[in-house]
Amino acid sequence: MSMEEGETTGVVKRFLFVNRKAPYGTIYALEALEVVLITAAFDQDVSLAFLDDGVYQLLKTADPTGIGMKNFAPTYRALDDYDITKLFVERESLEERGLPEDNFVVPVTVISRAEMADMMAAQDVVLSF
Amino acid sequence: MLHTVNKSPLQSRTLEQCLAHVRPGGAVLLIEDAVYAATARTAAGAQIEKSVAQFPVYVLEPDLKARGIASKDVVKGVTAVDYAGFVKLVTEHDAVQAWL
Amino acid sequence: MAYEVNGQSVTADEEGYIVNLAEWSEPLANVIAQSEGLELTSNHWEVINFLREYYGEFQIAPAIRVLTKAIGKKLGPDKGNNKYLYDLFPYGPAKQACKIAGLPKPTGCI
Repeated sequence: MSMEEGETTGVVKRFLFVNRKAPYGTIYALEALEVVLITAAFDQDVSLAFLDDGVYQLLKTADPTGIGMKNFAPTYRALDDYDITKLFVERESLEERGLPEDNFVVPVTVISRAEMADMMAAQDVVLSF
Repeated sequence: MLHTVNKSPLQSRTLEQCLAHVRPGGAVLLIEDAVYAATARTAAGAQIEKSVAQFPVYVLEPDLKARGIASKDVVKGVTAVDYAGFVKLVTEHDAVQAWL
Repeated sequence: MAYEVNGQSVTADEEGYIVNLAEWSEPLANVIAQSEGLELTSNHWEVINFLREYYGEFQIAPAIRVLTKAIGKKLGPDKGNNKYLYDLFPYGPAKQACKIAGLPKPTGCI
């Protein structure tokens, strides 16, 4: 079956993609983004969480051209076209890494660790990367 | 929610990052290299000892055995489960989060 | 496989997507289109150019749903629909148009 039409079964579940890895040392971050884009074709209720080293994925100032990797940070800006607008970043993870709350490539909602834990507990499906 | 952890606590901070996100009603299952965290008289073991007072902590027995950890060396309050017990835990919780 | 353009060989994968995106050119687009049985018109080029701009900005080729919506916004509702785009690119506007535009196969297409 082709996924070109974005057929759905009508059941909408709450999907959370948890991003906890830094962007370039491993393939996790890029793979997560690809899976998110594919899932978008199924019209689910999708949220993205960035915590621990995952907060490094969204830095506006990243430029990996010098290490011969594709810069996939701009692709996060396409998520809006895919109706994925719920991006959450954990405040404590930013603080632990000395990162400000306003250096991201896309608009995000910064939430506390406790709020992040509550949000995780409220999901139907959690996919971790 | 059932949280699974599979990394050694001496190799990565995944366990403590997981433990900081467990809510009431949640549980933690230690598998693969994370079973080392269940050993008594270790720093991670002390953390697990505090956790079992707040929520259930399970450890996958075949992974313990494979790594030569005796039952008597497992932190008190941690419940050992076999593969069937693993499956049961998954069905008992709304969702599973694998901390990689 | 490979395409021949002005005596130069351009390598493509087994599905016909070129391997090195920098080797794309308008003459190559015409060659790829011919191998797909298409004669490119200005309507085709509108879509091809749109895809290349989208890729330049976001580093991905858009899924069909996103493409139709975005085309509708930019070129008008009479063009932002599946029928119009499938008439232009019968094997799928996302897949076939991306191939001609020298872009990778869109994420989410089997």
